[in-house]
Amino acid sequence: TENEQPWGTPCTQLLVFVATPGCDGFPSLDSKENYKLSVSEGSLLLSADAVWGALRGLETFSQLVGRDENGTYYINKTEIVDFPRFPHRGLLLDTSRHYLPLRAILETLDVMAYNKFNVFHWHIVDDPSFPYESFTFPELSKQGAFHAMTHVYTASDVRTVIEYARLRGIRVVAEFDTPGHTLSWGPGAPGLLTPCYLGKVPSGAYGPINPILNSTYQFVNSLFEEVSTVFPDFFLHLGGDEVDFTCWKSNPKISAFMKEMGFGEDYKKLESFYMQRLLDIVSSLGKGYIVWQEVFDNGVKVRPDTIIHVWKENSIPYMEEMANVTKAGYCALLSAPWYLNRISYGQDWMAAYQVEPLKFEGVPEQKDRVIGGEACMWGEYVDVTNLTPRLW
Amino acid sequence: CGTGRAMGLAGVLGGLFFVPAVLVSTSLCRGAPWVEPEPELAEWEVASDAVPEDSLWPLPQWLRTSGRQLQLVPGRFQLVAGAGSSAGPDCDLLQDAFRRYYEYMFGPYRRRTRGLWPLGAPAGPELLQLQVVIESRDPGCHSYPHLRSSEAYHLTVTEPLAILKADEVWGALRGLETFSQLVHEDDYGSFLINESEIHDFPRFAHRGILLDTSRHYLPLKSILTNLDAMAFNKFNVLHWHIVDDQSFPYQSLCFPELSDKGAYSYNHVYTPADVRLVIEYARLRGIRVIPEFDTPGHTQSWGKGQKDLLTPCYNGEQPTGSFGPVNPILNTTYDFMTKFFKEVSSVFPDAYIHLGGDEVNFDCWKSNPEVKEFMKRQGFGVDYAKLESYYIQKILDIVSSYNKGYIVWQEVFDNKAQLKPETVVQVWMANNYAHELSSVTGAGFTAVLAAPWYLDYISYGQDWRKYYSVEPLNFPGSEKQKKLLIGGEACLWGEFVDATNLTPRLWPRASAVGERLWSSRNVTNLQDAYKRLTNHRCRML
Repeated sequence: TENEQPWGTPCTQLLVFVATPGCDGFPSLDSKENYKLSVSEGSLLLSADAVWGALRGLETFSQLVGRDENGTYYINKTEIVDFPRFPHRGLLLDTSRHYLPLRAILETLDVMAYNKFNVFHWHIVDDPSFPYESFTFPELSKQGAFHAMTHVYTASDVRTVIEYARLRGIRVVAEFDTPGHTLSWGPGAPGLLTPCYLGKVPSGAYGPINPILNSTYQFVNSLFEEVSTVFPDFFLHLGGDEVDFTCWKSNPKISAFMKEMGFGEDYKKLESFYMQRLLDIVSSLGKGYIVWQEVFDNGVKVRPDTIIHVWKENSIPYMEEMANVTKAGYCALLSAPWYLNRISYGQDWMAAYQVEPLKFEGVPEQKDRVIGGEACMWGEYVDVTNLTPRLW
Repeated sequence: CGTGRAMGLAGVLGGLFFVPAVLVSTSLCRGAPWVEPEPELAEWEVASDAVPEDSLWPLPQWLRTSGRQLQLVPGRFQLVAGAGSSAGPDCDLLQDAFRRYYEYMFGPYRRRTRGLWPLGAPAGPELLQLQVVIESRDPGCHSYPHLRSSEAYHLTVTEPLAILKADEVWGALRGLETFSQLVHEDDYGSFLINESEIHDFPRFAHRGILLDTSRHYLPLKSILTNLDAMAFNKFNVLHWHIVDDQSFPYQSLCFPELSDKGAYSYNHVYTPADVRLVIEYARLRGIRVIPEFDTPGHTQSWGKGQKDLLTPCYNGEQPTGSFGPVNPILNTTYDFMTKFFKEVSSVFPDAYIHLGGDEVNFDCWKSNPEVKEFMKRQGFGVDYAKLESYYIQKILDIVSSYNKGYIVWQEVFDNKAQLKPETVVQVWMANNYAHELSSVTGAGFTAVLAAPWYLDYISYGQDWRKYYSVEPLNFPGSEKQKKLLIGGEACLWGEFVDATNLTPRLWPRASAVGERLWSSRNVTNLQDAYKRLTNHRCRML
């Protein structure tokens, strides 16, 4: 078109104004992510309380920029006031069932930023493999990783992930899941796992972490001491899910211990015994913790600021669990309806979208205790060849 | 590890790990599966527990391996045309295959620092060559594969020469794939192969993959990568569902407006050069390309570039502005189809064209007064299936006149169109497909099975097992009828598929179908399949 000037004065700058400093810090649960975006003739202004809000605003700004048929970049006059409904918006990646190379994790962090996710829940170790290179216990990954040279996360890798995430306003919450889901810990930490018995003799198989030995707690103390320094976030995820009691039941020393402690046949009490000591250790290291719902369900005594992670869909309907958890005074994270590894045909994004996290019976204070949720991509059938299209 | 087929990895580790993924072997995906050297076995012992079979896919019809290992030295080993072969050095198809398989086995040339270090003397028994001998007078080097091509081969691996004999080049291609699956690397990086003898041929002659490039455009690279994967799994038909309602990416020479107006954009077309590339790339892998131009339904995108081709729908007396299936009552329709299919017949060299004929919605035809008038004149009453058959029959005649055979979806048969005896009917409706197979073959028609293999229907977990467990001949019928089932196809419809997720969605799930269609009927053990498939997948990556 010849003399038509459909566009106003060209914009040359987006001014970003941040009220409080914090460029060099790490994001936290309390970080402020609100921002205001004002686009008008000759003026582009993004203002935020904290840098984290600025990041969110930049993403939004980039989404507003369009391109016409002539290739001209443009943006409409806009006013936006934005802030997140929930402060904890997370994504879980599982690097134990299948190792994920660094680039896959970094790429995921990029896409998380596009979608304003702010927590990377790194389910880093589990039964199948132990890729985390520990400097306190180097044998753990040497013996427990799929391949000690190629399928590990070095201290440098971990630092890279944490910094890459920080630059995108994403917290890295590491999960070292115990006492179950720990088979890969066994080879590198002899004596840590419970030997299972067939009658009077060890079968050669192993079960969850052995809760009756002092050495266990020494180990746990040292490992979590390291983990607490490596991962700067206030929270650690301590797991505590799906503890299979069969092996404990088979072990005569454990049976003896149960009797000694007066636990009777209730192995949940033994599980609680372990969890309580673990939680005390982690607290004394100055960290807060998130645990899977079993820890709450099984009556373990946890600190009031514990976050309970609701993941089971059916043992009781998850909304009921959310109500129970928040009624008991704990903060809750919702993942149950968002297990994205459970693929199905068609537009299943709709089912995920239609979940209303606060759809349970409860008083406003309860609802306030729902701090957010996490989409989970468990790794049984996922590796770098299919992670990205399956997740996004 | 690797001490025998009976004891899988899970067994060795004492059943500790509950997770189905095979741990060590899946993770060490460095190109070839890790294999522990076997203790010396007596020569030519039928070693059913020998490790080399742990990564053959699909499993050959007959094989014998021994524990004796031969070394292959990349700097010395050669794939050559053998003496007495009817396919010599001018057989570009084989020469291309030799280069390709050399690279698959040893890695690309630049890794071989030839000349830097002189080749040492052989450390043990060495395999110097694989000689490929084509026995038929007409090897097929410069022709296209077809339904009756011979894909059988016989492979003997002994020191110092391995011999691959096949009737036609197509069998040689299959044999080269198998040979490459036998070569493995040891802990020291040496390439080894066990002395063995294999006799192999496919159970079914038609083993296809359906790709849908209309719901989502697939860039050429995607299609070619897929052809490579097909060759790894001995698939031999690419059923190219090239156009449909959503878009028309096929650039027609006679009717350029079809893609000009019907493709998603000018960047989302297949030019004649693109099409030729796909056909040749496929040919070099022994893969037939059967295009599907689905009519009279599934044709919305055709109407954009071809005025008056589709039926205008009516609301009472008024056209609504929307269109339905191809208009079967106009002469112009058949003039168009005559010209269009003349072009298609010359562009696509395969003896068959897929003409579609599925899911024709009669509502629009029923609404159109001229169509209704036509129905009356023809004496079809209100049976629109008769109109559909009227149309289909005319298309079949048009295509026949170009000396092409045709494949149609099952509705064409179900709705009782008059089909030539050599028509191939593709059975796709999942509900009671065994019964449909009986009907189709009972009526004397050839059938291709797709119904249980709609791989676009994803679900959580190891669904490959479900595809693997299908037994195509499990339908009531005589021996003669069973012979009419010539094979099957794994279909990846494109509603939710594009280049960003095609490969991981299709593979290795389609591999399960590949073995079901190639290997013997009694190869059904899921545990053994799991072990071999895991290794095969790593190799494909």
